[in-house]
Amino acid sequence: MALRRQIRVGSQWMYADEAHKALREALRVMEDEKGGEHGGHHLPWIRRYVFSTDHKWIGLQYGFTALLFLMLGFCLMILMRLQLGWPGTAFNVMKVLGESRAPGGVLLPEAYNQLGAMHGTIMIFLGIVPLAVGAFGNYLVPLQIGAPDMAFPKLNMISYWCYAPGGLIMLASFFAPGGTAQSGWTSYPPLSVIASQGQTWWLVGMVFLITSSLLGSVNFIVTIVQLRAKGLSYMRFPFFVHAQFVTSFLLLLAFPPLEAAAVLQLMDRVAGTSFFLPSGLVVSGQALTNAGGGNPLLWQHLFWFLAHPEVYVLILPAMGIVAEIIANGTRKPLWGYKSMVFATVFLGFMSFVVWAHHMFLTGMGTTISAFFQTTTMIISIPSVIILSSLFISLWGGSIRFTTPMLFALAFLPMFGIGGLTGLPLGLAAADIHLHDTYYVIGHFHYVVAPGTIFAMFGGIYYWFPKVTGRKLNDFWGRVHFWISFVCINGIFFPMFAQGLAGVSRRLYDGGMQYAHAKQIAAQTNPFMSICAIGLLVAQVPFILNFFYNAIHAALGHRDEGLGSNPWEATTMEWAATTSPPLAHGNFEVLPVVYRGPYEYNVPGEEAEFIPQHMPAVPEPAPRGGTLLPSTAVAMREN
Amino acid sequence: MDAHASVGHAELEIPYNVHPRPDTGVYNAKLGIWLFLASEVMLFGALFSSLILLRTGAETWPRGYEMLNVPLATFNTFILIVSSVTVVMAWSQLRLGNLKWGRIYISATILCALIFLVNKAFEYGHEFREHNFPKTNNFFAIYFTLTGLHGLHIIGGVIVFLYFLGPGAKMWAHDPERFTNRIEVVGLYWHFVDLVWIFLFPVLYLM
Repeated sequence: MALRRQIRVGSQWMYADEAHKALREALRVMEDEKGGEHGGHHLPWIRRYVFSTDHKWIGLQYGFTALLFLMLGFCLMILMRLQLGWPGTAFNVMKVLGESRAPGGVLLPEAYNQLGAMHGTIMIFLGIVPLAVGAFGNYLVPLQIGAPDMAFPKLNMISYWCYAPGGLIMLASFFAPGGTAQSGWTSYPPLSVIASQGQTWWLVGMVFLITSSLLGSVNFIVTIVQLRAKGLSYMRFPFFVHAQFVTSFLLLLAFPPLEAAAVLQLMDRVAGTSFFLPSGLVVSGQALTNAGGGNPLLWQHLFWFLAHPEVYVLILPAMGIVAEIIANGTRKPLWGYKSMVFATVFLGFMSFVVWAHHMFLTGMGTTISAFFQTTTMIISIPSVIILSSLFISLWGGSIRFTTPMLFALAFLPMFGIGGLTGLPLGLAAADIHLHDTYYVIGHFHYVVAPGTIFAMFGGIYYWFPKVTGRKLNDFWGRVHFWISFVCINGIFFPMFAQGLAGVSRRLYDGGMQYAHAKQIAAQTNPFMSICAIGLLVAQVPFILNFFYNAIHAALGHRDEGLGSNPWEATTMEWAATTSPPLAHGNFEVLPVVYRGPYEYNVPGEEAEFIPQHMPAVPEPAPRGGTLLPSTAVAMREN
Repeated sequence: MDAHASVGHAELEIPYNVHPRPDTGVYNAKLGIWLFLASEVMLFGALFSSLILLRTGAETWPRGYEMLNVPLATFNTFILIVSSVTVVMAWSQLRLGNLKWGRIYISATILCALIFLVNKAFEYGHEFREHNFPKTNNFFAIYFTLTGLHGLHIIGGVIVFLYFLGPGAKMWAHDPERFTNRIEVVGLYWHFVDLVWIFLFPVLYLM
């Protein structure tokens, strides 16, 4: 049996782990005596569940809303994949879109455009960012840094209540005359300016979402800088906190230019200005009567100035989650923690100077192209540093293959594929061939779908016991993982082949009308669509598993044997509070931090893992000089 | 149990809400407003960049001083600078514990903002009578967008000042230091809004 540490409680010596267990049990009893989950603070239900200012509840609100939007975005994609796999075939399920979009169940091209634009918008702005930052960040950052709440709890609430109406406006735009936005998630003018009314709704919805992100990011940065626990220096942050910190700066500084761009496009659409409309534009044989003199490329610059940092907003929190799970699952510290942190900060800075690699084909000139391809090659270095550090962290670890660990391990090669296939796109010469083909779709979906979304799944499996006091079922978690893993690769890998063969993106028949694309489209598209349906089926065990346990947890059925720290983690959200955490203030006593984030199997220490807030056992002053300090520390074999 | 409840309540207090954190030197709201202003710099920076790009790409671009009312805008510039002074005076009076004079200076700031807005309304009315609308050309498009967005910021500031003059001032009775901090924070925002105008004025009216 391992040696156990003893600590002094009052006048008694106790085993540290037993003392902690007793303390937690006492805290839980006190909480229960105070009157259920929300303690002695009898707030009306609307303040507790709707307009709550508790970061944990707001995190859950974000999480539920974002998961619903992810499901919706996924369903839009299923409809698109049905059309791509079997173009022009009538499907009964297509009739949900209405007679105007899919007469007799056959999808119309303009409706396909609507699905495409809204799939991207919903997945990015309403699904992943709110899940990664709003849900995981909100719930975990204050707990991991030992803070009683976010710095501005009311602002936090307002931030959610800007996001929710933004999402509702996006949903409502489906019912606008002429349908919803159909100019892609990038909304390039002049098409977006002359598009139907849904685009205006899209812009208004975006203004709400941008405001929400802005308020959220100010809150995160202030919380991390100001409310971190005593002793928690920056180099003692769990990597997840660093990821959220840099992400918040990206949101703070990159979103306002998109807000400016959205305002300008709104002016173009509502007030008849010509910011993005050049002179002499002819639409459907009719010359536009606007003043002209605008510049469509101005939108692209403003948009990508946001949207490239946005890519890192999508991936950094995922890397943070994966780093937490890997450190815990390998039972050893992250390899190269410091270089990972500096790489993340460097990545944040560089992400502001690479945006025009999305615009190599706009004719902006070879000098500017050379500049942006150089910065793009440079920015790949920090990503590789982070990914390599995570890979090397596995070396020599006694890995626990839990469900969250499976998702985290799958993230590594999947993000690797996504990242490395991005390099040819960042080189101006190679991009001429690959631009706007399915290769691009394959590239960024590998980063975001089997990359970020897998990390999110891992995070849900990992922190579910934190939120509910129950573990998700392991068997069904594995079923969910393996089917998803196979199917998601079946969808996205053939896209590289399609793209290299020159199949353009955004074709509603998947390329069947082009001679050069017809063969490969016919060979691969049905298979990819079947994989998409397989991926949908793979989510069923997850959804059932999730709701079965969530409902049981809501009814107060806890997993009694589980304890507060089922993964035996060192970070404070697990080690320094109960699971689920105390409703108000998170911690009974604000923790003080004494050590780094991942002290697993530290040589010379008897404990297998040492939480961040554990002080070193004070060595009694030697009396009379005869007793060596090391023998004075009480150790006992159990 | 009682002792526990009071401990629990104490934990609810967010640290460094009023007093600066020793190692960062700022209280929460002050850091928050500086971050917010950083994002505002990016917002107006993007709009100014758009103006530069549109203007350098245009074959002809009207001269601001030929199209717009420079004397009125000069007066408005002066008014905004005065309001920046009064908001600092309000803060310093509150720091001295003088609520009465603090409120007088806040009222003076609101008055300046309202004079600015009324002048701006005269200017807009004049442009509309001359049939100069946002859709007329890109000069007026960017003029109305930039000054309109700036005007919205002024209106936002006025609403916040009115709140601190009215219901928000109740905080003075139980937490004067926090109230003073709030005026400092809104003051920082107000200086920023003035600074935007200091850039807008030469770029739109004089060049």
